[in-house]
Amino acid sequence: MRPTFSIIFFTVLSGAGYGLVFLVAISLLYAPALLAQLAQFGSAADLDALAGRMRLTCEVALAIGALLATAGLLCSVGHLGKPLRAWRAFSQWRSSWLSREGVASVLAFVPMFGLLVAMFCDTDIRSNGVAIAATALACLCAITVFCTGRIYSSLKPIRAWHNGYVVPGYFLFAFYAGALWIAALYTMPITLSPLAIPIGTLYQFNAFVIAPLAVGLKLAYWRSLAQAAKPDTGDATGLRRLGSVRSFEQPHTEENYLTHEMGFVLARKHSRRLRTIAALLIIGAPLAVWPLSVVAGDFAAWVVVLLGMLGVFVERWLFFAEARHAVIAFYGR
Amino acid sequence: MTTLPPPAAKKLGLVIDLDICVGCHACAVACKEWNDGGDFGPLPDADPYGAHPSGVWFNRVHSYAVEETTARGKREMTVHFPRSCLHCETPACVTVCPTGASYKRAEDGIVLVDEDKCIGCQLCAWACPYGAREISAERGTMQKCTLCVDRIYNETLDPADRQPACVAACPTRARHFGDLGDADSPISKLVAEREGYALMPEFGYKPVNKYLPPRPRRDGCDVASPGTPREETLDRDKLPGVLRWLDRALSR
Repeated sequence: MRPTFSIIFFTVLSGAGYGLVFLVAISLLYAPALLAQLAQFGSAADLDALAGRMRLTCEVALAIGALLATAGLLCSVGHLGKPLRAWRAFSQWRSSWLSREGVASVLAFVPMFGLLVAMFCDTDIRSNGVAIAATALACLCAITVFCTGRIYSSLKPIRAWHNGYVVPGYFLFAFYAGALWIAALYTMPITLSPLAIPIGTLYQFNAFVIAPLAVGLKLAYWRSLAQAAKPDTGDATGLRRLGSVRSFEQPHTEENYLTHEMGFVLARKHSRRLRTIAALLIIGAPLAVWPLSVVAGDFAAWVVVLLGMLGVFVERWLFFAEARHAVIAFYGR
Repeated sequence: MTTLPPPAAKKLGLVIDLDICVGCHACAVACKEWNDGGDFGPLPDADPYGAHPSGVWFNRVHSYAVEETTARGKREMTVHFPRSCLHCETPACVTVCPTGASYKRAEDGIVLVDEDKCIGCQLCAWACPYGAREISAERGTMQKCTLCVDRIYNETLDPADRQPACVAACPTRARHFGDLGDADSPISKLVAEREGYALMPEFGYKPVNKYLPPRPRRDGCDVASPGTPREETLDRDKLPGVLRWLDRALSR
């Protein structure tokens, strides 16, 4: 399949955005318990000041997450032939995963904006309202990423997408990218504060659990693709019963939409090298924070975001570019 | 609504006879001509008279060489293969549509695109393994075979002309149009008699259109199962003496 940049940016940016927002929601849920633990060490006024700084941290991270998600969704609109009609895509949630993704992604903005406004108005993050909104937000973020994965995994003619690896992959990479972003945001001087999510633990979790899981999943996925049967012209035309089938004349002399959109071979030619690059970047980025921070200090976290996002981008480019559509068998390619 | 209508009795579709199609592309040209000016048109092309013209066609004719193994060795047969929308009974192109632009008509099963609702997301083209849908870069919306719904019910046309343009144009009568839901219709009988088949049934979309396979060739070469060339047998003892000696001498 042709790896259109609008769709790659859509899945990568909105994945990172919803992953980041999910982690902010989780840290908002965790904050009251953390503050209660700290109650014995300081006065009520100290705790209130701490809660205020946590609120600021979450507010900045939530705003950046909302921006990332919005940028991703705008990229997806850029892929449309008639972008001004995009609103129609919210109507068919009963049958279409794309429609469900659209509905969930927009619904997530309701608690997201609610929390942003509440925190802007200095609402205490220990209040019940914040907890309810954060719970709804975490659920809607997870649902959105699930629907994004299902858009692709529900398409049977594309063997590389119609399998059980795709949705877990979207979850893992959304969490991975979100964790890199939240860690970088929480080290900024403006937000520097005792955090609901301890950053060291998050980096360790990302580096030693999520990244190896994600890359392991991709390795298993790539192996399953290599073993999958490739339907050829004989299967597509049903003429296999007569003998071996070879296309000797194409229906058209020039490229058409199908051969242009679905006959992309560049990635399969270079797949080995690109897969290695993606795997090394994804594994390497969260590990690099410790050596990098010795030389670059807090800035290291942003280098890690750049490297990690690049890794996810290459992975997503391959996800689209390597996929082979069944219709190409008619063309004997 | 992109949820599918309940299964209907009437299933309008095409039956394509691969035995007699000569690959003249008249069906494809007639289709392009009618649909450029029909109710769903136009079908504009980019760079139509330039070096790299491109545009939407609802019907594309492939040409294949099928190599058969026969008793007398290998033989190649040419099969011309028109490919267009199969108007599936359970089409994924309809259910994936986020806007309701893609729909399957409850009354006759024709799969259509509402040009006013289509946002051009192309998910339906990805969902179709048969390559039935092409997006128009000029119009920004998805285009596909309409089974000439603007001809087959068109009362301003002569009754004989109320059939899809591709069927009317075919000079060898390789294309047939009718109700495949009615087991007694002429084309259903044709499918039963010639063992017509559906393309890639493994996807489960239940194509309505059927293809009639090429008939066995009458050139005396039976198709042998691949890998087992037939051995000729000779009973030497039944030969006259001279030939028996010749056979023995040559067999050394």
